[in-house]
Amino acid sequence: MTDAPFPHRHLLGIQGLAPSEITSLLDLAEGYVEQNRSSDKRKNLLRGRTVINLFYENSTRTRTSFELAGKRLGADVINMQSAGSSVQKGETLIDTAMTLNAMHLDVLVVRHPDSGAVKLLSEKVNCAVINGGDGSHEHPTQALLDALTIRRRKGKLSGLNVAICGDVRHSRVARSNIYLLNAMGAHVRLIGPRTLLPSGLDRMGVEVFHDMRKGLADVDVIMMLRIQNERMSGNFIPSIREYFHFFGLDREKLGIAKPDAVIMHPGPMNRGVEIDSDVADDVERSLIRSQVEMGVAVRMACLDMLTRDLIRSEGAA
Amino acid sequence: MAARNSSGLVAYVNARLLDPATGLDTRGALLTNGETIADVGPGLFQGGVPSGMEVVDCQGLCLAPGLVDMRVQLREPGEEHKETLKSAGEAAVAGGVTSMVCLPNTNPVIDEVATVEFVARRARKIGLAKVYPYAAATKRVEGKELAEMGMLAEAGALGFTDGIRAIRNAQVMRRALTYAATFGLLIVQHPEEPSLAEGGMMNEGELATRMGLSGIPVAAEAIMLERDMRLVEITGGRYHAAHIATREGVEIIRKAKAKGLSVTCDTAPPYFALNELAVKDYRTFAKLSPPLRSEPDRLAVVEGLRDGTIDAVASDHSPQDQDSKRVPFAVAEFGGVGLETLLAVTLDLAHNGHMSLIEALKLVTCAPASILNLAAGRLKVGAAADLVLFDPDRGWKVNAKTFHSKSKNSPFDDRPVQGMVMRTIVDGRTVYTHDA
Repeated sequence: MTDAPFPHRHLLGIQGLAPSEITSLLDLAEGYVEQNRSSDKRKNLLRGRTVINLFYENSTRTRTSFELAGKRLGADVINMQSAGSSVQKGETLIDTAMTLNAMHLDVLVVRHPDSGAVKLLSEKVNCAVINGGDGSHEHPTQALLDALTIRRRKGKLSGLNVAICGDVRHSRVARSNIYLLNAMGAHVRLIGPRTLLPSGLDRMGVEVFHDMRKGLADVDVIMMLRIQNERMSGNFIPSIREYFHFFGLDREKLGIAKPDAVIMHPGPMNRGVEIDSDVADDVERSLIRSQVEMGVAVRMACLDMLTRDLIRSEGAA
Repeated sequence: MAARNSSGLVAYVNARLLDPATGLDTRGALLTNGETIADVGPGLFQGGVPSGMEVVDCQGLCLAPGLVDMRVQLREPGEEHKETLKSAGEAAVAGGVTSMVCLPNTNPVIDEVATVEFVARRARKIGLAKVYPYAAATKRVEGKELAEMGMLAEAGALGFTDGIRAIRNAQVMRRALTYAATFGLLIVQHPEEPSLAEGGMMNEGELATRMGLSGIPVAAEAIMLERDMRLVEITGGRYHAAHIATREGVEIIRKAKAKGLSVTCDTAPPYFALNELAVKDYRTFAKLSPPLRSEPDRLAVVEGLRDGTIDAVASDHSPQDQDSKRVPFAVAEFGGVGLETLLAVTLDLAHNGHMSLIEALKLVTCAPASILNLAAGRLKVGAAADLVLFDPDRGWKVNAKTFHSKSKNSPFDDRPVQGMVMRTIVDGRTVYTHDA
């Protein structure tokens, strides 16, 4: 476990984190992986603390992961969904912040469909804020759990060739992963049709490919991104059938990557759209289930690190 | 500063007279008689001011025509919580603006004679800056049927535009230009191809990609301008492009002018003083329409102003209340207030050495007035005594909280600027003085 200081009040994104801070979070998470595998999963580190999961978008997976992380550290965890709440009645983010401040919570985990919304909220609340995904901007805990998964399998991040494939345009997972992998010395490639790769990506320290067969050569890690079916018609790509043909990961395309290349996916998967079941379920190559496990450990590490900072600032005050 | 008398004559002495229309830049004096300018020049009152006149000692500061702002959103009628004719009037005179031209995108839309007359009547009653409306080019600014341009012009509309919406349909634009040409009227376009801009929030490019925001490509401006230039060519209409913000846009206008087309354009201070980096950290006050562009675009706009391709500078004043701006960037409204910073930020062009003081001043006085055929923006004997007295060198820091405008959404908030309005005169009446 690490005692390195974490000089940030919130975790809003990977951009702005130093490599040493990323390493500290990953090291801390390693310890929680072991704890989660033991019979005594609970720790009272956050006893008396209140964590609220405020989700403006549906997400069973991420919300449950944060909920479990909070509970395993002994915190009181409350889930708030926007559907049916005062948000639907026109309450603004700023109003919500005022309400939350009055509840004296310690950590707020926020998911929001608009890029930048979590940052806006973080400026108005007194507690630590974790970005649980904002629009197409960042999803830092996903990038951290991906990094932990890769590091455990490959023993390192530096020097690896990582391909991120698919709908980068709408993906916060892709952005956070680009920042993290770049910071840690991996080589990032983006692969997808031009309509799903927005302009300026080539200036983000990545290589851009529009052909899976070229992009996957010599790759150590393949990260597939989720395509949303509602985006599949007309505008960005002509059809699911065509998309899968050119950009879906199947056994044949996997064969282009290194023989020990691993497959990742942030979930939930669209089988037969961006990934073939045959490779998704290949226990030798697919790390998809491991990603979910790492998710809880990484979120525990984030809660731990940010509340340490709270304890410090409370001590100072 | 002033000695009062009831003759109706006011002598502004010890001034640096600046008249961009004639190039006059000299020490001298100006005499107003009631609502009009009675005399002006370097030799005036050299033998002293005759008794019986009110005397204003300008203390060597610049006395220039009041600013003509050719693009302002007033929000009245319909959205008075954002701005009213009165609050906009107060903001205008605090910024040295004595004439402003408002967009028709109010609620109801200014597309009928009665609404044109309402605006003019309300503004006259308030008695601050003069207000002239544009009327809608198409009914309800829907882009389908032409508005009654002839009658609206008779009622006082200075030009025709669908305001913050582009006239999207090429056939409608063609007919608008053709019909307006019958009466010699001006069509003002918001040059942005709507389907390319749809859903976009900022300049398309690396920064938008990093921030996870959908972008509006430069081509949205270029494509609409290219199309419109073809239409101007076949119709012979008078066309004005509002708030040019891209290198390509400047280049298209430059070529059209070289061809001899009847085309003019303006830009707004954010587009020559800021670039897209102002939206970093999701700063909604910098969410403007068109979006702030890249640094090469900004430099091209400066060059366009310098070489005369861009004819004028307008504030593009777009007041938005807190509820429209204190929300995530994606859902925040577009627009920034600009009346109170128009002069100071425009003077940046002179302070930064791009042009002389009088050339910068021209962009906000006689140049917009000429485009609009408006008798304003010059120090001419017999003209309305609409004047601004300002200190071109006095620095201050923009503090939107102190603005007279009801809305405080300035992209220049907290920015140091140079050039302060000391006194504004409309029809011979002092309507604003800077205290302190």
